[in-house]
Amino acid sequence: MSEQVAVSIRRLSKSFDGTEVLRDVDLEVNSGEVVTILGSSGSGKSTLLRCINWLEVPDRGSIHIGGIRIGIDEASGRSMSMRELAKVRARTGMVFQSLNLWPHLSVLHNVTESPIHVLGKSRREAEELAMELLEKVGMAHKKDSYPYTLSGGQKQRVAIARALAMQPQVMLFDEPTSALDPELVGEVLTVIKDLSAEGYTMVIVTHEMDFARAVSDQVVFLDKGIIIERAVPETFFTRPATERVQRFLERQN
Amino acid sequence: MTNWEIIWEARGLFLQGFLNTLVIFALSTAAAFLIGCGVLYLLEGSRPRLRVPLRIYIDVMRMLPFLILAYLLYYGLPTFGIRLDAWWAGVGALAAYHGAYFAEILRGSRVSLPPGQVEAAYAHGFTTSRMFLRLILPQLVMQSRPLLGNQLVIALKDTAFLVIITVNELTWAANSVSATYFIPTEAFVVVIGCYWLVSIVMEVAIKQAGRFGTKRGFDNV
Repeated sequence: MSEQVAVSIRRLSKSFDGTEVLRDVDLEVNSGEVVTILGSSGSGKSTLLRCINWLEVPDRGSIHIGGIRIGIDEASGRSMSMRELAKVRARTGMVFQSLNLWPHLSVLHNVTESPIHVLGKSRREAEELAMELLEKVGMAHKKDSYPYTLSGGQKQRVAIARALAMQPQVMLFDEPTSALDPELVGEVLTVIKDLSAEGYTMVIVTHEMDFARAVSDQVVFLDKGIIIERAVPETFFTRPATERVQRFLERQN
Repeated sequence: MTNWEIIWEARGLFLQGFLNTLVIFALSTAAAFLIGCGVLYLLEGSRPRLRVPLRIYIDVMRMLPFLILAYLLYYGLPTFGIRLDAWWAGVGALAAYHGAYFAEILRGSRVSLPPGQVEAAYAHGFTTSRMFLRLILPQLVMQSRPLLGNQLVIALKDTAFLVIITVNELTWAANSVSATYFIPTEAFVVVIGCYWLVSIVMEVAIKQAGRFGTKRGFDNV
């Protein structure tokens, strides 16, 4: 496997209570690439994303993060222990629809918490990095505030800084703007766009079509747990190959 | 000699009882808090086999009057060849009893914690134990501090039951002064004053903790 592949998903399948949510999904994300996963609700796109860092445990298939298998110990074939799993998870960063900041920690400490207590960085080092990242997402002026004082958009920008602080090989975004007021969506999308320009590897589940078109290197369309179309955004949005995607895009406008 | 002069003469006895009550209270509630946190952690992890025994422990403690538990530990255990002295039987009974209540209080606020925070912790590479200590427990303690404070007051008052199993704490001191000189009113007024004092100190401490919690938005959640 080449060093260039950040995430490699092979024949991934997952069911919930007998309902198949993902079937034989293959997906490769190269370093520096932005892949957007589109699809209607219930198409399995969030499940796919959550399988990448093992928040959902797939039934079959494999996922490698930067060449390292997640969830299953490759040598022995058994499930990873919590400690081993945590180590591989630390190579990914995730931003959630429901924001999920830790409310008892200040903005700065939300961002330094994992680098210090998971990666074992010194407080000084972690704080320097955190301030740099908070600067990047435009939240440095709020470093001593507590989450409850922030707007949804501000919280999400802090959550992005928090995930970046793990210096992950891939950033996973699970509908990062779906829970936000419409006027707060823009500030979050702008931050994500900036990150893509800086060459971060990202996998994004979103309903924002214009954003997906602007930011993606590759668009993947999931329907009933199967990837039915993958293309560069220009092709995807102007000349979709399947009727299913045509209908989907028509409904968006 | 007036009744109050007799009380003053017996001040050494009261003081010793009061100190003993404070030590028993501090030791047993600290142990109870650790038991509560420990039980909660065991309920947190993926240990289904422990779930049932822990539930039984909590339910038994909640069903039992404290006095009966103290009796059982002091008078009952020797039947099984375990003989604790009164002081340790008392501390043990308080810790076991209020530990179950602390566990139940913390569990209550654990249930209302948004699950997303736990997912965020896992996604950032936390293990269950580290997540529990760093991210869950501090929130639960801050959120449930009024209930925890209330439980502390109840625990303080339960220390008085230990007079029944011959622990020479504050109530025992009053009892013995009152029995020797037959001045129950004055003796118990002193005792009430002492319990009140400790309760007030705790109340102030919890208010201070509340201010800390408010600053961090825990009253807005």
